[in-house]
Amino acid sequence: MKSLAELAALRQKSLDKLNMRNEDSERQRIVVGMATCGIAAGARPVMNTFVEEVNKRNLTDVAVSMTGCMGMCVLEPMVDVYDTKGNKTTYVHMNPEKAKRVIAEHIVNGQPVTEFMITAEEANNA
Amino acid sequence: MTDLSLHLMDIMQNSLTAGASCVEVGVKAQKSTDLLTLYVRDNGSGMTEETLKRVSDPFYTTRTTRKAGLGIPLFKASAEMAGGDFRIESAPGKGTTVTATYEISNIDRKPLGSVADTVTMCIMGHPGIEFHLILENEESSFVFRTEEVREQIGDVPVNDPVIIGYLKEMIEEQSRILFGGILNEIIS
Repeated sequence: MKSLAELAALRQKSLDKLNMRNEDSERQRIVVGMATCGIAAGARPVMNTFVEEVNKRNLTDVAVSMTGCMGMCVLEPMVDVYDTKGNKTTYVHMNPEKAKRVIAEHIVNGQPVTEFMITAEEANNA
Repeated sequence: MTDLSLHLMDIMQNSLTAGASCVEVGVKAQKSTDLLTLYVRDNGSGMTEETLKRVSDPFYTTRTTRKAGLGIPLFKASAEMAGGDFRIESAPGKGTTVTATYEISNIDRKPLGSVADTVTMCIMGHPGIEFHLILENEESSFVFRTEEVREQIGDVPVNDPVIIGYLKEMIEEQSRILFGGILNEIIS
């Protein structure tokens, strides 16, 4: 059975990963909208997938967090990805499979997934 | 919302918006009385009597971005349609407790869903906040506090993916032990 005492052993593993991080580099940020609209549309499994992928791929320079309503409920689940310079890319109608592609193509390879991005029309109509 | 743990997550977000520094979530399943009780308790700003009267109205919200606030009304409806009850206790400066009860065997009761996902994703998104989780059946209980996690991991952040992964497995395991065979969607 798992217990909190085992966490002390995991601490070293986490510290090793943290030490691998280049302290001078800025972190990329993935922010998931997690208000009623986002949760009801499936934002939690999307966030779960981002966390699992970041862990699985050892992406030490990526932070995953959540925010409230992003203001366009009809486009939820919505995700903002901020690059190291603070530029924002907004993804809409996300799901766990799309989240995996955003990690592989955008976060790892630096190529935003244009087909999942919000369009000007969607932004104006939402 | 497809399951009850999503409602819990939604209400926990309300607690955080209300400036809570500690959020406690409780899930209690009593087979003998066929009663499932969920609550979210926080030490946030609390609500005035006036706000409390209006909070179950879907067209009331404190937000300025939209004119609807569906979190509380949906949670309330989930309880009432499953033979349960819903109440909110709150006072300015004293925090808020939202409680929903369900008949476990009611055909309209939604499945509990993953409380582990709800709690760990909230820890992930809000590493500066203390979260408590109490899972309970009639014979036993499991209590989890982020303060105790911090004691074990020292200078490692509580939202470190390795730590989050472990906590998720631990809560999932306890959910199966405590609710397996009581909530028919959970296999022990």
